[in-house]
Amino acid sequence: MSGRRQIRWHIAVFLAPAVLVYTAIMIVPLFGTLNLSLFNQTPERTKEFVGLSNFRTLFGDPRWSGAFWNALGNNAWFFVVHMLVQNPIGILLAALLSSPRLRMAAFYRTAIFIPTILSFVIVGFVWKLILSPIWGIAPGMLDVVGLKSLFAPWLGKEDYALTALALVSVWQFVGIPMMLIYAALLTIPDEVLEAAEMDGITGMSQFWKIKLPLILPSVGIISILTFVGNFNAFDLIYVAQGALAGPDFSTDILGTFLYRTFFGFQLQLGDPHMGATIATAMFGIILIGVCIYLFGIQTRLRRYQF
Amino acid sequence: MTTRTLRIALLTSTLLAGAAQAQDVTLTIESWRNDDLTIWQDTIIPAFEAQNPGIKVVFAPSAPAEYNAVLNSKLDAGSAGDLITCRPFDASLELYNKGKLADLTPLAAMANFSPVAKSAWQTDDGAATFCVPMASVIHGFIYNADAFAQLGIEVPRTEAEFFAALDKIKADGTYIPMAMGTNDQWEAATMGYNNIGPNYWKGEEGRLALIKGEQKLTDPQWVAPFTQLAKWKDYLGDGFEAQTYPDSQNLFTLGRAAIYPAGSWEISGFNAQAQFKMGAFPPPVAAEGDTCYISDHTDIALGLNAASPNAEQAKVFLEWVGSPEFATLYANALPGFFSLNSTPVEMADPLAQEFVSWRDKCQSTIRSTYQILSRGTPNLENETWNASANVIKGTETPEAAAERLQAGLASWYAPQQ
Repeated sequence: MSGRRQIRWHIAVFLAPAVLVYTAIMIVPLFGTLNLSLFNQTPERTKEFVGLSNFRTLFGDPRWSGAFWNALGNNAWFFVVHMLVQNPIGILLAALLSSPRLRMAAFYRTAIFIPTILSFVIVGFVWKLILSPIWGIAPGMLDVVGLKSLFAPWLGKEDYALTALALVSVWQFVGIPMMLIYAALLTIPDEVLEAAEMDGITGMSQFWKIKLPLILPSVGIISILTFVGNFNAFDLIYVAQGALAGPDFSTDILGTFLYRTFFGFQLQLGDPHMGATIATAMFGIILIGVCIYLFGIQTRLRRYQF
Repeated sequence: MTTRTLRIALLTSTLLAGAAQAQDVTLTIESWRNDDLTIWQDTIIPAFEAQNPGIKVVFAPSAPAEYNAVLNSKLDAGSAGDLITCRPFDASLELYNKGKLADLTPLAAMANFSPVAKSAWQTDDGAATFCVPMASVIHGFIYNADAFAQLGIEVPRTEAEFFAALDKIKADGTYIPMAMGTNDQWEAATMGYNNIGPNYWKGEEGRLALIKGEQKLTDPQWVAPFTQLAKWKDYLGDGFEAQTYPDSQNLFTLGRAAIYPAGSWEISGFNAQAQFKMGAFPPPVAAEGDTCYISDHTDIALGLNAASPNAEQAKVFLEWVGSPEFATLYANALPGFFSLNSTPVEMADPLAQEFVSWRDKCQSTIRSTYQILSRGTPNLENETWNASANVIKGTETPEAAAERLQAGLASWYAPQQ
């Protein structure tokens, strides 16, 4: 009898608070949303089960699918700009900051990180003012360097608005990859770098051959954070361009598309069921993206133990 | 000890008796007009309370953008006020159909309003009216009178004169001819398309024909306003594509622009901001002597919460809101929000007088997209914002924009199929 192991209640007790809170505020609403997308409102204002017909509307109806693919395409571009601009600049800044010869590193670090803690509302408003063709300082500053002809009302042009907003978002969030990479660079032991110097690898080649391979897992984490953040983005576009994501839906991303559909806009009444359908599609896209990363990339990254 | 208990008991009973004697009923008004809070508190409510002892009124507004959502949840929870400020058309109709708003058809004050004034708060067949109309807003153009005098420009009455004036302002170069941007999109539709449009589709005639399915958005009279808008591009300020609504307001009130496509709700704000003399003119007609049409849009009304425990007193208040006395008070306190009452109202503000004088010489209509036509998906009003902005920017031709709107409307609206 004494061989029977006791049930270890303490594990359940210690896990309970986190599990309960997470279930209540994340898992239940998530399944609520998935559930909502399978219903529709009848003309008599009752809920009726419609199976996957909302998804058929979203992907089959030319209007809905047009708006959806437009939003997804814009979202993909938004993500590409972040991957091509934000993350390389973040890594570059981190590499510069970790250089032992740099003076006032703490100041630069703080200054670059500060926009990250600003509210979207402030960032959107400030950049709208900076870029304003009427009151903004951007036309004046370009004029000073003789490039006034390059100025355009970027936020009002279909061709530039999304890229401009993506760059504003990059400006705001470049501090996050910088800090994560900076932390990763600091964990590289001095012995490794000294050994490299003994072998004659210094400067740039030291970064490419020694440091970068060692921080690749962090770069992977940053990529996936950027991916999830970008495909959930909403605030900056909403603040700068409104729920209609003008000009002509050229800045419409999945978040603003969801908002318009779910809550309605101006004379358009909200449609919670189609909204939930879009939310479910977003969830699926993010899930697929994260899975590709987890199973396709992360398992192949080499890790080094010191 | 006993004396003290006795004393407290006596005091309590006096207090209770006092409360019972007063029997005041407090009515709460739900509204999105938080800008008007002081006007209600200082002018309108005291006037009512003086005549109706025993009824107290509290004006409890919420933020405009949140109003619909806040009101719906309050009504569902049973915590909404007795009186509900009504948005025009479907938002309020939805509340009435759900049984949240009471039927006010039997109210005596309803006789004071014309059918057009009531149309925004009626069932589609016009059988039941559920809100007492309060005010409408009129569209037109506000101009900088000093600039016009300086450049020797007459107030334009026809399209030709309108564009001649714009050309003259542009050639002079001191002023931006017209202050409008397309960044926020709605000005292009509301102060553009629906401002000048009624002259082409002949106001109510065209609007009702569109609802009945007898006219299409691709008909010449519906494409013409877009053709006009397309010409505006050359007269807007540099970088108008990124110019927002507050930008346009500021450009005009700072005296940098000469003409502002307007709604009358701007009047009180402009009076406070602008340092120059202002005037207003209605949308120009195609040829001298044509009948003019104006958008006199029914915008705000007051309804009764069907679940209100004080329905009797609330109806007393609503009767008063429908009276000429309230109309005079309201229209003068808020120049630019014009009374819908059939009795003419004397207003002191010259700009407001100018706007309202158009009612006598022009035919009134409401915005074409508001009644019934914005009930489905895609939403015609929201599509019109986008189309009007595109046309002004020149990224979509008038014909293509009209084609797209018609296709969208026909996709769900049976009479247009």
